[in-house]
Amino acid sequence: MSGALLDVDNVVRTYAGGSLFARRRTVAVNGVSLRLEKARPEIFTIVGESGSGKTTLARMILNMVAPSAGAIRFNGTDLSTIRGGRARLAFMKQVQPIFQNPFEAFNPMKRVDRYLFVTARRMAGVSTDAGIVDATDGALLSVGLSLAEIRGRFPHELSGGQLQRVAIARALISRPALLVADEPVSMIDASLRASIVNLLRDLRDRLGVSIIYITHDLATAYYISDRILIMRRGEAVESGDARTVLDNPQHPYSQLLKQSVLSPDPQNRPMNF
Amino acid sequence: MNDRLPGPVLAVTDLRAYYRTKAFGVEREVRAVDDVSLSIEANEIYGLAGESSSGKTTLIKTIAAAIQPPLEVLAGSVVFNFGGRSVDMHHVDPRELAAIRWKHLSYIMQGSMNVLNPVRHVKQSFVDFAFRHIAKPMPEFLDIVRGHLQRLHLAPDVLDSYPHQLSGGMRQRVTIALATVCRPEFIIADEPTTALDVVVQKGVLAMIHQIQRELGSSIIFVTHDMAVHANLTDRLGIMYAGRLVEEGRTADVFRSPRHPYTAHLIASLPRLGDSAPKKGLEGAPPNLANPPPGCRFHPRCPRASDICGRDTPPMVELAPGHRAACFHPEPVQPA
Repeated sequence: MSGALLDVDNVVRTYAGGSLFARRRTVAVNGVSLRLEKARPEIFTIVGESGSGKTTLARMILNMVAPSAGAIRFNGTDLSTIRGGRARLAFMKQVQPIFQNPFEAFNPMKRVDRYLFVTARRMAGVSTDAGIVDATDGALLSVGLSLAEIRGRFPHELSGGQLQRVAIARALISRPALLVADEPVSMIDASLRASIVNLLRDLRDRLGVSIIYITHDLATAYYISDRILIMRRGEAVESGDARTVLDNPQHPYSQLLKQSVLSPDPQNRPMNF
Repeated sequence: MNDRLPGPVLAVTDLRAYYRTKAFGVEREVRAVDDVSLSIEANEIYGLAGESSSGKTTLIKTIAAAIQPPLEVLAGSVVFNFGGRSVDMHHVDPRELAAIRWKHLSYIMQGSMNVLNPVRHVKQSFVDFAFRHIAKPMPEFLDIVRGHLQRLHLAPDVLDSYPHQLSGGMRQRVTIALATVCRPEFIIADEPTTALDVVVQKGVLAMIHQIQRELGSSIIFVTHDMAVHANLTDRLGIMYAGRLVEEGRTADVFRSPRHPYTAHLIASLPRLGDSAPKKGLEGAPPNLANPPPGCRFHPRCPRASDICGRDTPPMVELAPGHRAACFHPEPVQPA
């Protein structure tokens, strides 16, 4: 067991809604397991339609939502045993999120470099001004930006692609072992999307960061992932090596999902369309 | 079907629409649509592609004459041809415009939740939008609506539901039914499937295609998703930084893109079953308040030469029906 970076063991999450007398229970995630190895950094993709529970699963991995049943262990520590600010901070240093919409992730009234400096001070444990600048610049360089380009700029002065790079740089400052990226490219323009996807690949190869990549876009999933998990209504319907699963899906839902992907070649236009 | 004179349903000529603001003595001019000309034939789906802030939405706003300050139309014209009657959208009596909208020119919008009134039954939205255009007594009107829903394979009892009781895909179908119930000649579809899942998206696109074939309407279909364009549209226009940079039959544009921006867009599309490395494009789209001189793509362009930074390339017809605005329009074979 010592080799597992992340071990999600049969987790269940239910939400209850409705009034006191007419409770409705929704099972958002129902018995999902997955395991990432410490020795082998990889891009693990979770695919599913909206309402399939992929975001709930991500929130549990980030320890923002506690599982109703089952356990998540990170580096052998059960997330439910993390108590107190210090332990929580130590966990956050290791596991960092990247959100869908960079324009919402940053406060429009604040300069973006502030986020980086605050993160460096709190997460990377540097206290001198020079150390903070070094840590920030290093993280920005690894995403193809530099502090000189970002310094003093407000979010509206950067393009969506640049801003998402800054968000990724912010996540990298604490040198995490795992990034949880929830739809990181769906709000990015087509001409910049390829560069963000390539960046995720590059981070895995160069920095050895494992990435949980959540998406509903099978084409980019095929392009970057090592392993894949297909979810439907809270349950894992198929998982395995990404190319194998997507080239030859076994479960009827995976097959439906694959058939629904529109081919970007006008020649292959389906006739019933 | 309506009788139409030959010729395009919509002709946009040298359209220029800027956002002009003047606050605290600072004047700003955002050139969102600059010298765009295009025409759309009857019974055709015209796709409009481009990234955010490329002016797609401003263009369709000016086409629909939904112009509010700070947006101003500085030059050019938008002329519709509805059943032989030509209408210049920017010089038309507001009452006539109100009569045209929805009956001849309708809209399918992205946020279906914002179109349907959330606190009233779906039926009420149909009454609000279409009752006065159809001009029939209420029972007859509702029969027409039910018949129309049935044609689109929607159960007529959606009329008695509230929007929140329907799923996202269902709501989008209802919005399409709402936009087509008056059998308009021209439909503007602004990212109608962007918020939907792949499985649902395919169904909604098939429905748009079916209704278009039935009514013989023209559609201008705006989305940044090139895969949707490849599957649905007959002709395709690519916008970059407020200008139309390439236009042609969809198959031609995909097979031999002439503008380097289009070529990049198509080459960088991820495909299932292909994991060859794709190159991203350097740089960022320009700020339209201060666009680069000459060709607006030249700072990011791999083919740029001196002239590109000096002169604006005109739209040139390179092959029958295939136009591009580039000084170096060599065809490339997408990888």
